Amino acid sequence: MHIPDGYLSPQTFVPLYGASFVFWAVALKKLKKELSAKYIPYLAMAAAFSFLIMMFNVPIPGGTTGHAVGAGIIAILLGPWAAVLAVSVVLIIQAIVFGDGGITAIGANCFNMAVVMPFVSYWVFKLVKGNAKGGARFYAAAFLAGWIGLSVASVAAGFEFGIQPMIASGPDGKPLYAPYPLSIAVPAMAIEHMLVFGIVEGMVTALILKYFVKHESELVYATKEA
Amino acid sequence: MTRFQKKLWIGLLIMALLTPFGIFLPEKFNAGDAWGEWGTDKIQELLGYVPEGLKKLADFWKAPVPDYNFGGENAAFSTQVISYIVSGVLGIAAAVILIYLITKFLVKHEK
Repeated sequence: MHIPDGYLSPQTFVPLYGASFVFWAVALKKLKKELSAKYIPYLAMAAAFSFLIMMFNVPIPGGTTGHAVGAGIIAILLGPWAAVLAVSVVLIIQAIVFGDGGITAIGANCFNMAVVMPFVSYWVFKLVKGNAKGGARFYAAAFLAGWIGLSVASVAAGFEFGIQPMIASGPDGKPLYAPYPLSIAVPAMAIEHMLVFGIVEGMVTALILKYFVKHESELVYATKEA
Repeated sequence: MTRFQKKLWIGLLIMALLTPFGIFLPEKFNAGDAWGEWGTDKIQELLGYVPEGLKKLADFWKAPVPDYNFGGENAAFSTQVISYIVSGVLGIAAAVILIYLITKFLVKHEK
């Protein structure tokens, strides 16, 4: 889901930089207010974890590859604003050092994976778990959080790809940037993430939550607030 | 560092050592690029042309370690595997340093 340079027109990547910028600013402000020093090591580990899990490319035999992002579990454990910061830092390193995701697309990629995903995951988790503090419903909520979070992020990316032919075509009618229309880009992104990569994301989310609840349950952000 | 944090770090380092599965498995199952992340030669193959704007922007940035691979495109598989692990460790280091730098300005240390 790392959109490379050249796939998005400036009309798309500039506003998405703007959107991500707003979320970065708010995240820093929120964290300044509520982040206590004892969470910093966890925030660092969360970023490390997100970096690593994105390296585990999952193959669709004979087809494409994809990967989990980790933004859902980070949002559940440390809060969605902490996840905005941790995953954005990772995406920026990936773009600059490893060429994974474009420099022009940093705003878009951060918006999809470091803003949309953690918030969707967090809301899904809170909504589905209800008052559960453990048990099937609690972990089903975690699975759904990861699964839906990644799937919605992939739809956002698919949408950004898919609008390109509409908003940026040359005089000959040929697309200037990402060539596939919404009717191809959105399903292509959504289906592979719903059927394969999102399942991995969901399982990772539930398993890690289980580990934290067992060993350090008072840390978990999403179970703290009323 | 608490015992729990130490355990998590060990878990992360093990994860870094296992990252080559992220290149073994796609190789084994004959899976290619992620959707929408094709290089310009692949796009040429898919469409028969490379969109003008895409062509211009595609090489906007020359990453120091493209594709987590120090050996370049034609590197031996073993080089790729080692590069991948080293990249993972470098990535962790960069992420940790950045997070500590950013939070240093954010959080008043309670002692």
